[in-house]
Amino acid sequence: MKRKLETSEMIFKVISYTLLCFFALACLYPFVYAISASISGAHAVDYCEVVLFPKDVQFDAFARMFNDNMFWNSYSNTLFLTFYGTIWSLLTSILGAYALSKKRLLFRRFFNFFLVFTMLFSAGLVPQYLNYLDTKAVFNAVGITDDKWLVVIAMGMAAMNIILLRNAFEGVPSEIEEAAIVDGATEFQVLRKVYIPMCKSTIATVTLFFAISRWNGYFWARQMISNSNEHPLQVFIRLKLEEYTDPEQMAGWNEVFSSDSVIYALIVCSIVPILIIYPFIQKYFAKGVNAGGVKE
Amino acid sequence: MAAKAADFLVYDEVAGVYRENPEQAVRDDVEKHAWRHVGMTILKDWRLYLMLVPMLLVFLLWRYLPMYELLGCFKVPDEVLPVADQYFSGFSYFKSLLVGTDAPDFWRALRNTFLLSFYGLCFGFPMPIILALFFNEIRSNLVRSTCQVLTYLPKFMSTVVMTSLVTMLVKQGAITSGYGIISQALASLGIISQEVATAGLLNNPDFFRAIYQISGIWEGAGYDSIVYFAAIIAISPTSYEAAQIDGAGKMSQMRYVVLPGILSTVVIMLITRIGALLNIGYEKVLLLYNPTTYVTADVVSTFAQRKGLEGGQKGLAAAAEMMNNVVSMLLVISANTIARKASDTSLY
Repeated sequence: MKRKLETSEMIFKVISYTLLCFFALACLYPFVYAISASISGAHAVDYCEVVLFPKDVQFDAFARMFNDNMFWNSYSNTLFLTFYGTIWSLLTSILGAYALSKKRLLFRRFFNFFLVFTMLFSAGLVPQYLNYLDTKAVFNAVGITDDKWLVVIAMGMAAMNIILLRNAFEGVPSEIEEAAIVDGATEFQVLRKVYIPMCKSTIATVTLFFAISRWNGYFWARQMISNSNEHPLQVFIRLKLEEYTDPEQMAGWNEVFSSDSVIYALIVCSIVPILIIYPFIQKYFAKGVNAGGVKE
Repeated sequence: MAAKAADFLVYDEVAGVYRENPEQAVRDDVEKHAWRHVGMTILKDWRLYLMLVPMLLVFLLWRYLPMYELLGCFKVPDEVLPVADQYFSGFSYFKSLLVGTDAPDFWRALRNTFLLSFYGLCFGFPMPIILALFFNEIRSNLVRSTCQVLTYLPKFMSTVVMTSLVTMLVKQGAITSGYGIISQALASLGIISQEVATAGLLNNPDFFRAIYQISGIWEGAGYDSIVYFAAIIAISPTSYEAAQIDGAGKMSQMRYVVLPGILSTVVIMLITRIGALLNIGYEKVLLLYNPTTYVTADVVSTFAQRKGLEGGQKGLAAAAEMMNNVVSMLLVISANTIARKASDTSLY
């Protein structure tokens, strides 16, 4: 039996459909515009003739980007930072969260407070900067001159992610662990064979959070990495933006493509990898938000 | 103190001398054993405690050691001496920030920090809730998940990419090129004048807050709606049916079924948001502002960044941020306490 929709219901439905579609398109539009503008001709971009679809199609802006060695360099640096940074953060977090999830751990309350306090109070930019400078000096002294390792090891830890993992580990029934111990498993084996497989989806979510924050990291990478060959993509984009929006530097610009197109091309290049993997990972993203929202 | 001494020594009346209290010896022994017990437990379980070490080290070295550097806000800066050996300068930085030469800039930054958060609370906070309500109206799964996926998308972009896009879309006009497409649209709709559009919206202090909030909504509203949407779909369908049988229209269902269903989530989120009022991310502001918009855009952390990292006044910058962070921490703690009292749920 189908109930007839009431007028108020109809109106509400129409409003929601319209506004939602409008908002969804508004979310998408800047990306579509960026793609169109990156492959349009100089005159079309400079005089706002590109609105949705590209005009006077050219690929020279992309070619210019691809011919730039620094671009590929920064891309590989970002991959390096994301790969090793995620592994390092994940490793320390999983081990620490596992220990914290055990009721028998002595001083458990103190260790928990130790973590949570860093979420409540941070020393601020300047003390952190001085601290990273000291770390850099120590790293250089032991022979690690590549500043990327400093970014990988010293930055990107998040107490929230550890708490997410800890809560997931606490949810594993202790009988399974006891069974494994009776079978003669050591602590590390219990973690690897029981806990990690049972908390796969939380670990996937946390991995995603770490990877995204590593991929997107900008400020400290710019502050701490002194060699411009080691800069990650985000820093490269920003430096290019600063260079290409400076009217003085762009005064003699005379190409078939606009200087804006280069920036748009860069933006497109940096979001394409994310767009490709986005459909596969977005459900973990949604899961993490619900798990991380409220704690008991 | 006499009573305390009696614990360790008792007067031996036969020999006429003070002797050690035998009970105290037993107590000492238990205490010693307690520590031995702790040691034994850790040794027996060494693998578990070993697992804790890397995490503790990371936090100790790069989260807690910087707090030690905060001592610098009471010291005369020195390139060579470590912070503990520097000369004590009293509260001069705090004085300078609150009433002295840096006071106008500092109070402006504090005001901007608060206002940016506060406007975010007014405009940014309700948006995800409204979105979630709309999502709930869409019965077609395909349309809904498409809309959801599209609205989460901007959240995946880095701050740099997002701010670069914003910069390009509202950029100033030059001799060789026109202005950004959004400025163009606003100008042709008559919302802003041609001159304003040509000067660039990011160079106009009147527009900074609007740009900050709108880009924030664009970036985060869809993603933040996930929490509320989860709360809405957790409401049992029988509640709607009961309401319908009682003759409730759409608005009454909203008022009496949906709203009570998501209220606890909304309250928690609101309290969290209020707790984070002075806790604004520096990266986005840093990437969007420029000297012409300091009036409305400069927040405490960017103020500290400019003074400390670019201007070399490290003590002053540390003092500014410390004041902000201490107040911020008190806000978070009280918000959390209220949340726990109000609904038995809290963040920590």
